[in-house]
Amino acid sequence: MSVLSLAGWISLGFLALGAIGALYRIVRGPALLDRAIAVDVILIVLSSGLTVWMALNDSTHFIVLVVVASLIGFISSATLARFTVEGAHANQAEPEPQQGPTGGDV
Amino acid sequence: MEITYDSWMDIVAAILLVLGTLLSAVAGFGLLRFPDVLSRMHAATKPQVLGLFLALAGLGFALKTWVVVPVLIVAWLMQLITAPVSAHLVGRATYRSHHLDPAHIAVDDLAKVIYEQERADAETDAEDRANGRQ
Repeated sequence: MSVLSLAGWISLGFLALGAIGALYRIVRGPALLDRAIAVDVILIVLSSGLTVWMALNDSTHFIVLVVVASLIGFISSATLARFTVEGAHANQAEPEPQQGPTGGDV
Repeated sequence: MEITYDSWMDIVAAILLVLGTLLSAVAGFGLLRFPDVLSRMHAATKPQVLGLFLALAGLGFALKTWVVVPVLIVAWLMQLITAPVSAHLVGRATYRSHHLDPAHIAVDDLAKVIYEQERADAETDAEDRANGRQ
């Protein structure tokens, strides 16, 4: 057994532990932002797993996927963060004073 | 079981891969154990930059060629650019949507800024409303 494949199996075990923790937080996470963070961790586990696979099989097949995964993670967490803030404002906004049909408020 | 290796680069790659993925496991434990969003974010952002850097460096040592190094640098730079921005957005959303226990914060400079901003917005709204009624 080469030292690289031994390290690869140990690494996949660590990645599985990280994925389990993140999955638990996605299922149980009280806040939407907890789930956003956990999804980011899942994506990083995916990227690291692809990296370990490439190191074990001496290939460069998935290197583009590692780049794309970081971009997708950025888009997803940015969208969720914006959505959360907008939702909070919508929930807490005072009801607008109702003007008549010819009221001054536009 | 005899552990074999071709060159010292295999040993370096093995150490880097194990260290990089260990950070992912640490992030998983942090997500399990930490109490609120910001401390979970503290644990979860470790593998995004350092963990991926160690894993990609391990991949570079495992492949033993210079051809892939620029692509690895691009992959890591993408993560390095996007991770702080998304973490900033998530932290801002955490504060603004009141997912945060104020008792856990020692110094809170943002509260004063938000209070003054909201007061100024309310005054502007009141002035607009008064002008509209005239």
